[in-house]
Amino acid sequence: MKKEISFLLNGERRTIEVSPSEILLEVLRDRLGLNSPKCGCDRGDCGTCSVMINRKTVRSCLILAIEVEDQEVVTLEGIMQNGLTPLQESFLKHNSFQCGFCAPGVILSTTELLAKNPHPDKEEIQEAIAGNLCRCTGYSPIIDAVIDLVK
Amino acid sequence: MAIENQFEYIKVKNLDEVFGLFSRFKNPVILAGGTDVVEFLKTGTLQPNVVIDIKGLDFLKDIRLGNNILWIGAGVTFSELIASEIIKEHFPVIAEMSKTVASVGIRNRATMVGNICSAVPCTDSGPVLSVYKANVITASQMGERKIPIEQWFVASRKTALFKNEIVKGISIQLPEKKQAGCFVKLKRYNGEDLAQVNLAILAFEDYSFRISFGAVAPTPVRAMRIERLINRMKIVPELMEKAKQLVEDDIIPITDIRATKEYRLHMAKVMLERGLNAALDRLNGGGPAYGTSVI
Repeated sequence: MKKEISFLLNGERRTIEVSPSEILLEVLRDRLGLNSPKCGCDRGDCGTCSVMINRKTVRSCLILAIEVEDQEVVTLEGIMQNGLTPLQESFLKHNSFQCGFCAPGVILSTTELLAKNPHPDKEEIQEAIAGNLCRCTGYSPIIDAVIDLVK
Repeated sequence: MAIENQFEYIKVKNLDEVFGLFSRFKNPVILAGGTDVVEFLKTGTLQPNVVIDIKGLDFLKDIRLGNNILWIGAGVTFSELIASEIIKEHFPVIAEMSKTVASVGIRNRATMVGNICSAVPCTDSGPVLSVYKANVITASQMGERKIPIEQWFVASRKTALFKNEIVKGISIQLPEKKQAGCFVKLKRYNGEDLAQVNLAILAFEDYSFRISFGAVAPTPVRAMRIERLINRMKIVPELMEKAKQLVEDDIIPITDIRATKEYRLHMAKVMLERGLNAALDRLNGGGPAYGTSVI
């Protein structure tokens, strides 16, 4: 029952054979070598598996790989193809991450926010990352970095 | 976690194809956003032999208002509801509720119709659709059915949907009378938590009310006793106290991992008072902006 699917991954057309029960997160990590989306809770709660489909952040642990046929998938690797983005520079400057496990998800969520709303207030930033759990820095340096960038 | 059960996956191009698959396969599952379905596939709660993806059906993506009837197609996500001007202007409580559903990454994918099809007791859509008196429109080879939302939720995780039937969307008659409302959700933290108690209220210009609680019974419940008590009344403090007492008769909360029965009951009363006050203030042109939590 395997099927060959083709989709745009970080700007590049990729073709891969998947079985319907394969999860997008596992295909990205184990078969396509993209390690930025991570498996945390594996049930959509924690946000570490975030990727973008058609420019919207989604949970790759709750998506079948076969669903992305003909869609556009972007991971953190795709966001920073031309080097660190200004947002990432600001996270670095503010020491926003320690272990970094949540970082890919947080960066994608805030990238999506800034694309929709270039000047978010603190509450809007908090809402945008509410689905990204961070156990190291307590969120403050993450929020500060975004505020610093957009002020 | 890998999915152990193996199934076929078919992305359909029209409804007839869905009905064809219904007769071909014994155990089909409809996939829209998948935020529940994929989780249920992983845990084995669902073990279909075919997964029917309806995301290719563009006509299910509609949010439209015509002849004073709102239509929300089965493919409409919570993010799309939040962004919709029609929803914001005419059905603000739907927008207010949608903003409390999980987090952006879930709302970008999860659909309102999926939410009522999963029909968990803590569904956020349920109480809101109940106060707006929504109808669920289903289709099968036998034709369409229009199911009032009160008859939709049958039990915890059980709906009035027949086997071999699919939900096309939700329709809501635009209320004739001027009205305002409020959605109140009690949860432990923002971003992902399911409701410990939720509550939708509509207050009309003639001071009639519709009130519906969620997560405090197997299905969303209309608070009929409270509505009868306060309809067409000015809610003075003594009446508010009586209404809060009646909460104990209208809901039957249980103790589970998210809250105790006693806490739910207590907070339901607090939420009723704050929700009624916010709805009435909004009716009179003031009150907190929609989307502002009152709890």
